[in-house]
Amino acid sequence: MQISILSPDKIIFTGDINSVKVPGVNGSFEVLSNHAPIVSSLVTGVVKITKSDGEVFQFAIEKGFIEVLKNNVSLLVEGYKEQVSA
Amino acid sequence: MGANLKEVRDRIQSVISTQQITKAMKMVSAAKLRRAQENIQRIRPYASKLQEILSNILSSMEGEANLAFGKERELKKAAIVLVTSNRGLCGGFNANIIKATQQLLDTKYANYPAGTVELYYIGKKGHDILKKRDNVIHNRTFVNLGEDLGHENVSRVSKELMARFENEELDHIDVIYGKFKNAAVQETTTEQFLPVLKMEQSDKDSNADYLFEPDKDTLLSSLVPSILQMQFLKCVLDTNASEHGARMTAMDAATENANELLKDLKISYNKARQEAITNELSEIVGGAAALEG
Repeated sequence: MQISILSPDKIIFTGDINSVKVPGVNGSFEVLSNHAPIVSSLVTGVVKITKSDGEVFQFAIEKGFIEVLKNNVSLLVEGYKEQVSA
Repeated sequence: MGANLKEVRDRIQSVISTQQITKAMKMVSAAKLRRAQENIQRIRPYASKLQEILSNILSSMEGEANLAFGKERELKKAAIVLVTSNRGLCGGFNANIIKATQQLLDTKYANYPAGTVELYYIGKKGHDILKKRDNVIHNRTFVNLGEDLGHENVSRVSKELMARFENEELDHIDVIYGKFKNAAVQETTTEQFLPVLKMEQSDKDSNADYLFEPDKDTLLSSLVPSILQMQFLKCVLDTNASEHGARMTAMDAATENANELLKDLKISYNKARQEAITNELSEIVGGAAALEG
């Protein structure tokens, strides 16, 4: 599953991932391969990504949007903050 | 004749040093222009994806989208945001934006009572010229938006504009800025910022049935401010790139002019020098002839 994470100022990450967990408006949810097409707005919270090689990384966002279509995830975030600790 | 010779020499010196300055400024502007263009490029992926999501939502919607930011109201208070540069020496760039502002004030808003229009200044140059106008309100909050043209900083302005539109403090907002075409061409553009012009609905059908969370209307109402912020950011970044492009062109022309000037000055310097030598020679010859008697 491909993901591209974009902020207004830069492209944060693009690449192959296994899953992504995002803070949706109605609670956080996880997107895995072959997820149904969805558009959702995101609220302040933590995004957690598992890359295809198993590495996990996460960061905080203020708000954003996610679009999933045919194993292509676009994550648009505002107020991106790197965050190392869980 | 000696005095004239020295005068011309001094002129030549001063033209040469001015030319060095204009040359250097041109180089600096070229470098800054490149950076400004990169900034525009950088926001493009984000902006186009936002637009894509928007058209996906709109195309799956029945009928017109009902947007809070799209409401036309009777015009009682309006704002014009004019984006200019902080520094001069960039040809007619700022003058064109200021002229467009005055034109808008004298045509569209000519029949409204004084104080209807509020001018939002971004960049010092617009403020320097227009601060003397007395039938408008001057808003200087963001004159020094400064060198930080990041998304967060610029969004302070668009957020305030949106908030004031929502609170019905402003009924109509225009943005006047220099649209960047290429390094040599800038287009002074007036764009309506709020109320939002009808959102374009893409003709091609969305190729998937999306789930929308929470629901389309809520999604739209959080998507539209983000899009407006990006639009505004683009105006500011465009102006920034245009400014450097205009300065580069102006400085190139100035360097060219200095070259012309130097050519003329060198000719008149040589003429003066030749004249002085001829004079001296004829004096010597005349003196010798007098001695021989």
